[in-house]
Amino acid sequence: MAATGASGVGTPATSTSAGGTDGPVVVANGLVRKFDGFTAVDGVSFEVRRREVFGFLGPNGAGKTTTISMLCTLLKLTGGEAKVFGFDVATQPDAVRHNIGLVFQDESLDEELTGYENMSFHGRIYKVEPKVMGERIEELMRMVELWDRKDDQVKTYSGGMKRRLEIARGLLHHPHVLFLDEPTLGLDPQTRRLIWDYIRELNKAQDVTIFLTTHYMEEADALCDRVAIIDHGKIVALDTPANLKSSLGGDVVLLKIPECKEGCMEALAGVPGVRSVKAQEEGLMLAVDKGDRTIPLIFDVARERGMTIESVVLKIPSLEDVFLRYTGRSIRDTKVEGLDQFKQRHTMRHGMGRRHG
Amino acid sequence: MSTYVRDTLTVWNRELIRLYRSKSRMLTSLMQPILWLVLFGTVFNQLFTGGASGPSPGGSGLSPFGAVDAKSFLVPGIVAMTVLFGSIFSGIGVIFDREFGFLKEMLVAPVSRTSIVAGKALGGSTSAIIGGVLILGLSTLIGARFTPSLPDAVAVLLAFVTVLLLSFGFVMLGIAAASKITSMEGFQMVMNFLVMPMFFISSAFYPLALMPNWLQSLTYINPMFYGVDALRNCINGSSAASLPVWQDLSVLFGFTIVMTALAVHLFRQSE
Repeated sequence: MAATGASGVGTPATSTSAGGTDGPVVVANGLVRKFDGFTAVDGVSFEVRRREVFGFLGPNGAGKTTTISMLCTLLKLTGGEAKVFGFDVATQPDAVRHNIGLVFQDESLDEELTGYENMSFHGRIYKVEPKVMGERIEELMRMVELWDRKDDQVKTYSGGMKRRLEIARGLLHHPHVLFLDEPTLGLDPQTRRLIWDYIRELNKAQDVTIFLTTHYMEEADALCDRVAIIDHGKIVALDTPANLKSSLGGDVVLLKIPECKEGCMEALAGVPGVRSVKAQEEGLMLAVDKGDRTIPLIFDVARERGMTIESVVLKIPSLEDVFLRYTGRSIRDTKVEGLDQFKQRHTMRHGMGRRHG
Repeated sequence: MSTYVRDTLTVWNRELIRLYRSKSRMLTSLMQPILWLVLFGTVFNQLFTGGASGPSPGGSGLSPFGAVDAKSFLVPGIVAMTVLFGSIFSGIGVIFDREFGFLKEMLVAPVSRTSIVAGKALGGSTSAIIGGVLILGLSTLIGARFTPSLPDAVAVLLAFVTVLLLSFGFVMLGIAAASKITSMEGFQMVMNFLVMPMFFISSAFYPLALMPNWLQSLTYINPMFYGVDALRNCINGSSAASLPVWQDLSVLFGFTIVMTALAVHLFRQSE
């Protein structure tokens, strides 16, 4: 669980208002949350740095939403402590709420109102200066490309548009941290990519730190500067996606060489970047540092020695493999259990997950 | 303090926008009281006054409504009914907001729960009061006559205060119930169960004196009765009413205060 900061997180440039902090924006220390004897979050500690995109990756029921709810002061902590932007979530909930933006997993818009009306309602209850509000709403709605639909009722929006509006709304009151709970849940792949673009852009242009949860590997990989893998309420790994993947021991190259004469294995092992060579039934398995760069070198050696390569397969480890390695199972066949079952029933009963692409 | 007021206005404003967008639904909901007024008013007139266009003081003496004709006697009851239904069912807005997630948006915001309750209550009352006033106006078109014993201006003012208190009290009751009941079906069922008896033993249809004693004592614990009676004071005159108007209004005021406290308390608990 090395916390290498390869993410290029800048040092805080602007000093912040009272209670603010130049250090990490979110500090969680031994967070615990229990529900009737079921431990949903079990001693979670981490820090989110200023301006980074930090992700919580884990299967349903791992404790992601519970953690976000505690950080946003929606759930009381059973144990541990957390500070958001220097404010304690337990003792200064109002200060925390003023400094965060929150996009829920489930839709939370008034569909009878127009997009603009939803924005201005939010601005007013968050006490955005009336003088700057109109301008700010326009800026954000243009950014998520909804300005030309501002006067349409939200019930005429598609699922992706509603999500964009919620993200824009979450940023209206200039929060320092934006919490996104499963930002692309239930959206089609194309819309998902679009949302990713907006999140990246907002992170840069609005100078906002982003904390998101997801159970999509690609999402964590594509968006996050650092990822914490969470399972059964515990963080099992935390690092940049690149470091997490390379911690598995690099890429794997599978070679099929019909006539691997004596000395051929040794020759391959001598190629720079190749760590080990193993003979398997289907062929040779090479553990290499960077598959894309090593393969041409392997071909050079093969040609020099007159060996014929029949086929080559490159396997780059994904976060899926990382998850498998740290939890012993695949994220896709993680069984829904405990609290999550409860939550799913709850979800069905309340007709959530109505989001359509 | 001013943030409380501002937040309340913000929440109210949203309710007004929603109300405006669903105005056709609101007008449709007025069909029921209009039917009551037209059908019952006409039939009661036939029944008790032998088809005469007005009361027949020197006639058979059959009319249970005293010096007031049946149609005019029904007006306070139907106006109160419109307000009662409109107010109490507006509590369903809380359940809608919970269901569609918007409640979360409000609860996470740095806004006091009291402001949310107050804003929603103002929204519910607005539509109920508009309904009540429309029915009152319509009743004159179909031949109801107002015979207040108070000066006209005072009667109008007190009638408005009555509608306001009645509406606010029942909106708060609706919000209190919606804070506890999470399903729409459940809410509608419980409210119907409450509303119908309240309406029927409120003296909306028949004077208190005609009811058996046990029913009369039930009537006295029914807040709806005081609303109907206060309106009767204002519309039909004090001789048609059971209690002096100030007594009716005092009870309604107390009822509204208690319901407000209950609604705020239960709403705060409901997260």
